[in-house]
Amino acid sequence: MNKKINHSKPTDSEIILGILNNSSSILKHLYLAYFPMILQLVINNNGDEDDAKDIYQEAIIVLHGKIKSGDFELSSKLKTFIYSVCRRLWLKKLSQKSRFSGDIKDYEDYIPVEQEIEHHQEKDKQFTMMHSALKDLGEPCKTIIEDFYIHNRSMQEICEKFGYTNADNAKTQKYKCLQRLKKIFFNQKIEK
Amino acid sequence: MSSELALIKRIEAYLYQEMSDEEMIQFEQERAANPALDSKVVAHLDFLKSLKNYGEVQDLKSSMKNFHQQLDIVALKEELQEKEPAFVIFFRKYKRNLAVAASVAILATLITLISTGQFRKASNSSTYNALKRDMESIKKSQNALIRNINSKSPNKEIAPSQFGGTGFALSSNGYLVTNYHVVQGADSVYIQNNKGESFKVQTIYIDPSYDIAILQIVDPLFESLSPLPYTFKKSSSDLGEDVYTIGYPRDEVVYGKGYLSAQTGFGGDSIAYQVSIPVNPGNSGGPLMDNRGNVIGVISGKQTQVDGAAFAIKSDYLLKAIENIPQDSLKKKLKINSKNSLASFNRTQQIKKMQDYIFMVKVYN
Repeated sequence: MNKKINHSKPTDSEIILGILNNSSSILKHLYLAYFPMILQLVINNNGDEDDAKDIYQEAIIVLHGKIKSGDFELSSKLKTFIYSVCRRLWLKKLSQKSRFSGDIKDYEDYIPVEQEIEHHQEKDKQFTMMHSALKDLGEPCKTIIEDFYIHNRSMQEICEKFGYTNADNAKTQKYKCLQRLKKIFFNQKIEK
Repeated sequence: MSSELALIKRIEAYLYQEMSDEEMIQFEQERAANPALDSKVVAHLDFLKSLKNYGEVQDLKSSMKNFHQQLDIVALKEELQEKEPAFVIFFRKYKRNLAVAASVAILATLITLISTGQFRKASNSSTYNALKRDMESIKKSQNALIRNINSKSPNKEIAPSQFGGTGFALSSNGYLVTNYHVVQGADSVYIQNNKGESFKVQTIYIDPSYDIAILQIVDPLFESLSPLPYTFKKSSSDLGEDVYTIGYPRDEVVYGKGYLSAQTGFGGDSIAYQVSIPVNPGNSGGPLMDNRGNVIGVISGKQTQVDGAAFAIKSDYLLKAIENIPQDSLKKKLKINSKNSLASFNRTQQIKKMQDYIFMVKVYN
């Protein structure tokens, strides 16, 4: 029954190197290569293409984070890793929707990925919190923080962009913004 | 508040190496000496890491959104969806509906069956099957027209008999015929005429396959009957022939009239006729007469649930049974009457003349 999906795929080590070097083309290659596998898994197990997209993207985030954090050991094929994570996530979703009939139609080998999923969920929570904290922070703080800490812009650029008279003023503003963001973020954490 | 801001400033300066060397050494010494400060630095680092991670995931998400648009989802779906046979899809889709419909159908069927009494009929038809298996004996006892006298008249002064049937004289010297099933298993058998006189009889011959029993009156009070007015028909009778019977379904002699409706009896049994005639338990063993006063059969039973289907053993089988009686077992000679004195009379006169030769058979067991 299993239909094998044939696409030209970059090798696993190429992908890992590509992700470490922020190569957008490798990432794209990876994304396009394995999506059909997950689509097949989901649509033949009570899901639709949007479900497939959601869990696939989550799995790519897991893989991406794992590679970036530097603790990715190539103990299995990337394909197997992605499939296993998606499978686990989909089972979880199915049981939440109580659509799970007790067995799942499998298309690939899979490995246990409980730890990764747990770790991912922790990170995902932080992501959501950071997202709402930044939203609550408001402008111009949000952009200053994002520009400096995420997009690695220099203070000089930021200073020009926002029309601060000198870099020191901008810096002071940045510290204040950061302090406020931390406060929002950690208060949120206490609430939750 | 301001101290916190100052701390952030210091940590940031430290991280981004915007301090002088001395300041840096001093900060590191402070960190080493003050765990609270150290944990604040670590927390700050963690926070920056999540901020960084947030940015990365955000970027990743937007690029994936981009990549995703380049996929031809429809075509992929088409390719990867496992094709199921149409009926499986149909079944999945309407599983619940089908289950409900089936339950309703079953329920409705059951209710209909119960309310129309089909279940009782079903149990009848199962005895019908058993009846087929053991045709001769079961069938006959099943539909036999023996009357349970006890149930009808429990308060008689004389000891009531347990079963009753009808019998009629074969000869004037005290031989009678009735159905085998009437006297089957009897301890003692008595007959009673229309005047109420009882005589003890003995079963001298039985033929279970023809359901015939020949009785002899052994009572010392019995003298003899006047010559029999009726004869026994040797050939078979025709369909549609007018027939009548006289018997004891009650304590009173009862006349019943009908016609011959088929040449075979229950289940195609060729030793009997089917007769459309009102008969009831107690009629068993009664004579089936034609217009000219010939006995053409012996009433033996009727079919339940079928209107007007009574059965009578054909007279030629009765005669055959009589022929089969071993002559040395008979104390008196059994001579079948061959002189018919009824032919010229009308029905009421025939009945009047015949009554004396027809007896109620009372069975004790």
